[in-house]
Amino acid sequence: MDTKKTSLYQLHQDSKAKFVEFAGYQMPIQYSEGIVEEHRFTRNHSGIFDVSHMGQLFIYGQDDLVDDLERIFPLDLKNLKLNHSKYSFLMSDNAGIYDDLIITKIKDGFLIILNAACKENDFKILKVLLNDKYKMILDEERSLIAIQGPKSAQILKSVIQGVENLNFMSGNWFTLDDHNIYVTRSGYTGEDGFEVSLTNEFADRFTRRLIDKGAKLIGLGARDTLRLEAGLCLYGHELSKEKTPVEANLKWAISKERILKGNFIGSDIITKQINNGVNKIRVGIKPEGRIIAREKTKIFNESNLEIGEITSGTFGPSVNGPVAMGYVKNKFSKKNTRIFLEVRGKMHPATICGLPFYKKSYVKGVN
Amino acid sequence: MSEVKYSKEHEWIKLEGDIATIGITKHATEMLGDIVFTELPEKGSSVEKDGAAGVVESTKAASDVYTPVSGEVVDLNQSIVDDPSKINQDPENSAWFFKLKIKDKSEMDTLMNKDEYDKFAKESSA
Repeated sequence: MDTKKTSLYQLHQDSKAKFVEFAGYQMPIQYSEGIVEEHRFTRNHSGIFDVSHMGQLFIYGQDDLVDDLERIFPLDLKNLKLNHSKYSFLMSDNAGIYDDLIITKIKDGFLIILNAACKENDFKILKVLLNDKYKMILDEERSLIAIQGPKSAQILKSVIQGVENLNFMSGNWFTLDDHNIYVTRSGYTGEDGFEVSLTNEFADRFTRRLIDKGAKLIGLGARDTLRLEAGLCLYGHELSKEKTPVEANLKWAISKERILKGNFIGSDIITKQINNGVNKIRVGIKPEGRIIAREKTKIFNESNLEIGEITSGTFGPSVNGPVAMGYVKNKFSKKNTRIFLEVRGKMHPATICGLPFYKKSYVKGVN
Repeated sequence: MSEVKYSKEHEWIKLEGDIATIGITKHATEMLGDIVFTELPEKGSSVEKDGAAGVVESTKAASDVYTPVSGEVVDLNQSIVDDPSKINQDPENSAWFFKLKIKDKSEMDTLMNKDEYDKFAKESSA
């Protein structure tokens, strides 16, 4: 199968991107300045990320759609206001995570942003779960551009007036050159920022305008170091069908009301895990010195007992040192627990730590 | 006059007397991206031609560094351990990795000269 290209492919090429195949797409891993510089630019200024490979699923319906989606997602969707967003999961009956997603209430239904590698499968699962009752469009005609970092509001507002008034995790429709654009204040870097959904034909022109205003294209490499410093999960690494939201330490994303009432897919396991605890749990891990513990690195306690595994590990440019996340047995998950990481046959000391590694600077935490 | 030679694993080696200085090539650093971690062999240890003698890690992945010739490690460049980004800045000069007292000078003959390496690097990245 041929790899797909996003609407910004030409722009990536013009910007000297190094490409990598990701979820069936040719995506930029980095540009000429490299991952560390791109990372820093996003933290200090404003980075543009092509996330058009992600799924934009529109589901149209009224009150019974809300009821049906509440049987799928552990969210209080009845009280989700128009243009407000929530982070959630698509789960199996065993509460294993098929995907993590952002769901936004729009005028005639919901917009769900899905991971690129999961979107086709999610679509099939949701179609079955919703008994084909609603109009569902996994929209390939729209691109998704994220702009992240402290200067992003200023830059985006100079192109689309009004976006600066959006609160964190909310969105709205805007019009620019007769194009309908849906903008949400959100992102996945630990910085203030926006995600912009717009037609494929307008994506290139729009992005070049952001670049003219001083933002720079940032590749998937820096996206990974940014999200890891921010303590955010990446599907296929921290999250999978073998892990539940409670194990992933994402209990905060499950509505308390819904935990009491249950009646969503996976609710039996979720309730049980919340009441009785879990065997393994996601934690932050700070290696001592400069050693980088990558995914699948084994974790040991002080008595040399294997207690878990790293799911993501890299060098954090803003932390100026190695950072990692992984799963450990619950009883070893307390902050400041001393652990050992087996890298290339040698044991290296590390500590269980709180997340994020890098403090967020989101604007106005209205939710 | 000392000659610089190159390995297929993208190391450079400069021989002066029986002391060889070894590092990674500019081409290698361009492929790796930003280097954020370096591990060197132990001083006094013996390393064998084409054996692993260190590690470099970029933000993306870890790669072994191989020694193009056999010998005893007599010196290490601690400055690239303390600040691995120096390797990206000056790979074929100040950011050398380690020095060996070499065992067998004829091993140098198996390596490429600059023109051969440049051609090899160009072809292997094409």
